[in-house]
Amino acid sequence: MTAPLTPLDRPNSYIGRSVPRPNAKRLLAGRGRYVTDIRLPRMLHAAFLRSPHAHARIISIDADAARALAGVHLIATGADLARICTPWTGTLDHFKGMTSEPQLPLPLDRVVWAGQAVVAVVADSRALAEDALELISVDYEELPAVVDLDEARQPGTPRANPASQSNICFRTQLDSGGVDEVFVAAAHVIEQQFSFGRHTPVTLEPRAIVADYEPDSGMLTVHHATQTPYQFQDLYSRHYNIPEARVRVIAPDIGGSFGMKLHVYHEDMAVVGLSMMLGRPVKYVADRIESFVSDIHARDHRVQARMAIDADGKILAMDVHDATAIGAFSTYPRTSVVEGNQVIRLIGAPYDFTSYRAALEVVFQNKVQTSQYRAVGHPIACAVTERMVDIAASRAGFDPLAMRDRNVIADDAYPLVSPTGYKFEALSHQACLRRLREIMDYDALRGEQAELRRRGVHRGIGIATFVEITNPSPAFYGVGGARISSQDGATISLTPTGEVRCAISVTEQGQGTEAIIGQIVADQLGLAQEHVKVITGDTEVTPHGGATWACRGAGIGGETALQAARRLKANILAIAALVLQEQAAALDIVDGQVVSAASRQPRLDVAEIARIAYFRSDTLPPGTQAQLTVSHHFAPQGYPFAFTNGIQGCSLEVDVDTGFVKLLKHYVVEDCGRIINPMLVDEQLRGGVVQGLGAALFEECRYGETGQLLNGSLADYLVPMAMEMPDIVIDHVETPTADTILGAKGCGEAGTAAASACVLNAVNDALTPFGASINTIPITPARILKALNRY
Amino acid sequence: MSSIMSDLDEADATVRVRFVVNGRKTACDVAPRDTLVDCLRTQLELTGTHAGCEMGACGACLVQLDGRAVHACLMFAVQADGARIDTIEGLSESGVIADLQAEFHRRNALQCGFCTPGMLINAHELLSNVARPSREAIRDALSGNFCRCTGYEAIVDAIAAVAEARAAKAAQGAEGASS
Amino acid sequence: MKARAFSYFRASTVEEALDAHAQGGDDARYIAGGQSLVPALALRLQAPRRLVDINHIDELRGVRREGEWLRIGALTRHCEMLTEPLIAEFAPLLRAAAPFVAHPAIRNRGTLGGSVALADPASEFPAVVLALEAEIEVAGPAGRRRVRAEDFFVDLFETALAPGELLVAVHVPLFNPGQRIAFDELARRRGDYALVGCGISATCADDLITDIRIAFFSVGNVPTRARRAESEIAGSRLSPDVIAAAQAALGEDLAPDDGDDVPAAMRLHLARVLLGRLLGQIGGAT
Ligand SMILES: Cc1cc2nc3c(=O)[nH]c(=O)nc-3n(C[C@H](O)[C@H](O)[C@H](O)COP(=O)(O)OP(=O)(O)OC[C@H]3O[C@@H](n4cnc5c(N)ncnc54)[C@H](O)[C@@H]3O)c2cc1C
Ligand code: FES
Ligand code: FES
Repeated sequence: MTAPLTPLDRPNSYIGRSVPRPNAKRLLAGRGRYVTDIRLPRMLHAAFLRSPHAHARIISIDADAARALAGVHLIATGADLARICTPWTGTLDHFKGMTSEPQLPLPLDRVVWAGQAVVAVVADSRALAEDALELISVDYEELPAVVDLDEARQPGTPRANPASQSNICFRTQLDSGGVDEVFVAAAHVIEQQFSFGRHTPVTLEPRAIVADYEPDSGMLTVHHATQTPYQFQDLYSRHYNIPEARVRVIAPDIGGSFGMKLHVYHEDMAVVGLSMMLGRPVKYVADRIESFVSDIHARDHRVQARMAIDADGKILAMDVHDATAIGAFSTYPRTSVVEGNQVIRLIGAPYDFTSYRAALEVVFQNKVQTSQYRAVGHPIACAVTERMVDIAASRAGFDPLAMRDRNVIADDAYPLVSPTGYKFEALSHQACLRRLREIMDYDALRGEQAELRRRGVHRGIGIATFVEITNPSPAFYGVGGARISSQDGATISLTPTGEVRCAISVTEQGQGTEAIIGQIVADQLGLAQEHVKVITGDTEVTPHGGATWACRGAGIGGETALQAARRLKANILAIAALVLQEQAAALDIVDGQVVSAASRQPRLDVAEIARIAYFRSDTLPPGTQAQLTVSHHFAPQGYPFAFTNGIQGCSLEVDVDTGFVKLLKHYVVEDCGRIINPMLVDEQLRGGVVQGLGAALFEECRYGETGQLLNGSLADYLVPMAMEMPDIVIDHVETPTADTILGAKGCGEAGTAAASACVLNAVNDALTPFGASINTIPITPARILKALNRY
Repeated sequence: MSSIMSDLDEADATVRVRFVVNGRKTACDVAPRDTLVDCLRTQLELTGTHAGCEMGACGACLVQLDGRAVHACLMFAVQADGARIDTIEGLSESGVIADLQAEFHRRNALQCGFCTPGMLINAHELLSNVARPSREAIRDALSGNFCRCTGYEAIVDAIAAVAEARAAKAAQGAEGASS
Repeated sequence: MKARAFSYFRASTVEEALDAHAQGGDDARYIAGGQSLVPALALRLQAPRRLVDINHIDELRGVRREGEWLRIGALTRHCEMLTEPLIAEFAPLLRAAAPFVAHPAIRNRGTLGGSVALADPASEFPAVVLALEAEIEVAGPAGRRRVRAEDFFVDLFETALAPGELLVAVHVPLFNPGQRIAFDELARRRGDYALVGCGISATCADDLITDIRIAFFSVGNVPTRARRAESEIAGSRLSPDVIAAAQAALGEDLAPDDGDDVPAAMRLHLARVLLGRLLGQIGGAT
């Protein structure tokens, strides 16, 4: 912290306060404005014919009957769109050696996953467009499909993309040196394989876009359900060759995103082209069935891990191999290798050991792309690490919590560089562990477990420590050549009535971005929060910025707002000083009033300053130009990432006859630095935890042998629902980052990062009396019964 | 255009449907295949009712049909002819769920808000049937409402709090009446 | 996900419905609660040219006693199973099953007739109807008939209903105080179709089981009576040995298929576990 923050008992001290989100009332009244709600004059509707095959050559497309249907305006194929859209490639320079095929909105001659869009239809209504789809026939020649991850890695397997050398997209290694020697000398060596099923984000509002190209002015306006409007402004401009200033991307209310809505999707790109071809607005909303086969998936990994410990249970080394299958392309513009990269860099992160070796192999297969989804890589790294720690604990004869106590990096050991090269500024594993022990009432829980076990009731307790990556600097994407900004910008104005308007580049998807920006601005300016209006999500209105991903809203967006507000405050006080014939330093603002800093005596309304500056500048000293609008940018400097940490615990019961798991309670102790709004942080954690619990027990994209998704509907892909989810107890440790004035880091992914690891450990804990173990996620009844040899 | 009770209609002919939507008599012309959710959202511009799956699996499209919560994606608009339909907009304006809305707001029982209208309609029905449901009963009642953002606990808290508040108010009212 | 175009007819009598359906031929479909049909239409898995809405036919509504039978109209909604006193008294197994069927708002619309006519092998009510030895009243162009439940469920989504026939009511023999019932299922999430489920109706003389009917669902193409298991039990007391013998007999009664995530052997195992638990309840109720 470079400056003390105002204590909570002062007026307008909003930082640290659980104030409800001002913009939520609208949503509660059914007055949200989502892209799915938007209707523009002369708007048409797009639908896509999709490939039934995982891999096939397109021999011919016959769309004559569809074209003749009344109400159909346009039928477009890959070739039609390729005329106006340049291809994209999902690689980044700093992932040395990675490859991926160029992509177009629709394929020219080959489909590479079942569900890939092949032909676009634009019609008066979505229903008519779907009627037309039924009239199109495509002649395919099936090609061998690469489905399974292990199969894709075999030499001699057919290739997901025949033009490429192999199915390898990317390989990398980390090696701290001397790892083999440590393993040879270790008292215990543990080895385990893990497997993680594919998941998909399933935002409740599906992907939605309305593209409106106006040929006369050459202006493209896109209402896009996305987290990152500026990124899409840049992409539409470059790939469709429209000057950037003539592309406007508006992200209104968004029905959930979780990382899924910042990738380039073929249909979305196509819709922009379709609107350009027609000169009319075109809307596309993925229906739920389409979402399952075209939204990004995530977390398809197989990990082989080894851990060396000494006789006292001290972790000495880890050696891991992670293989992940990402579909037929690497996603654009963030790639599909970030997840694997984070897996191998985060494994072991909470623990104090220096010998580490890891290899990553990213392979192609004929499935839809995987890419960044909430907690990118963390759940896998965490599950592998924490399960290994539990196995090690039982090998060395330690209680899981004691084992962690013995091995986490000490709170006074920072700053420090991890064996994988991450620079940790300050983490608080020990403090979090202590808090978790208290809030779980750990010893009592263990006692109860033992008691119930005697009666044939099998409870399990799981613990998982984690480190979360937040607030990435340009080291993340910028250096790789992606035009993805790590800075944010805000334009903040005092309005003529003395209110404040802050247009900022971070965006809102319900996490409360606008609320916390409002809190920070009000806090810094000394105003009531209701006098601050925050505007986000429109490239025409706010400065350019990275927007919302990697938990950067509070840390980077918040700091941007804080610094902008301080500059505006200085400008306001400069005018106040002139009016009051005072030193600006002797003045402050409290509750919308300029006060004398020492006595807190009110001197002048802020509104009065605005009135004078805007309407009676003639009364100010000559030469004075009041600057009541400030634009300010902030890019993180110092540490390349703001790491956060925490620990989770869970208690559950396994029905060993049916393999069913009942979650009883979940616990989180989390350190996200400065907390701006505790209630919003807690709700981010709860939502995140439940996504992790769903992953642990229910969610998995299951494929048939020929590469068709078998459970691609909301009835078959099991998302976590209210009845199966537990109550979640949350506590905090607060270690602000010294890199910013605000001191906030991120918290949006922490819940998801460790929840599935907790459940994995707890289920295994419950199965201990049976000598059974499970190292596959999701943990289904079938897998539990199999492990127990029950059928 | 033809009427519902008339002879068998042609597949693509539109039909005039008359119903009472949010307390107001309303007529609109729909194709028989138009679902109630599409009719409400596009023709009547009541976009507070959402569509998340169009197959009954998410609960985003709940509305009240003659006072009962139903999925607007699992009905055709023609079927609603003669019925009374209340959507989130109507329930908001009439004030019957004002306490639920206020508590959802206070407790931050919504994030993106896409599931929220469906949650409110279900919560409203639950509290009309059971005065003080247990947390388990609340979770059970929400078993068909998917929320990807909140983790559900805040929603359960909010509904439980409103149930308590209503019960307390009712008890007070009863006391007031007897004394 | 938009249905293909169709025409719509709202029938107000059984005869009107039959006529309208007959005119549509193979391309007509009745719609009751729509909770299964509408998704199938939206997905274009079915594309009838004509929908005949039966929701406004008074004759299909209502629950009433008719001698030794309870007549439950085809349009009786799932939610009414939970609130209708006659069902609680005379068909408690239907009531016991109802909370497991989908979710509250779906229960507000879905109908017993629709569930039985659809004959989804994963559905609760068809199995219950089987366990109750109910009779299904059907109206067709050739008149009315009653079909015994065991003759009604023919194959996967196939019933004794001839094309165009309308399910009018389900007739259930009245529950009597000498009977005991048990119902449970194993579903991944509340309201999901079960991995396996079972309804039991037993007649007891003290703790001797004189007659027992066990019906499973989610174990094959049709709801299935476990007759071997029943015969292991009938005439005995529910001792651990008898229960074990009944569980073992399920190997002959049930022949589940391998699902993509639930192997056949696992389903059989779960059926045995469930049967053991339910028989424990029946036995424990003494
Ligand atoms: C998300 C979801 C979850 C569900 N979960 C479950 C569950 O767990 N268990 C379960 O059992 N069901 C479940 N259902 C299905 C639900 O119970 C349906 O209501 C029921 O299966 C069908 O009843 P319906 O009245 O809606 O029939 P409809 O959908 O209207 O019709 C179904 C079929 O039966 C025919 N039909 C309907 N009525 C008659 C009649 N009187 N005579 C002749 N033919 C007729 C129709 O032509 C159609 O082919 C679920 C549905 C959804 C959407
Ligand atoms: S849209 Fe109706 S339940 Fe999902
Ligand atoms: S608040 Fe986003 S789905 Fe519930």
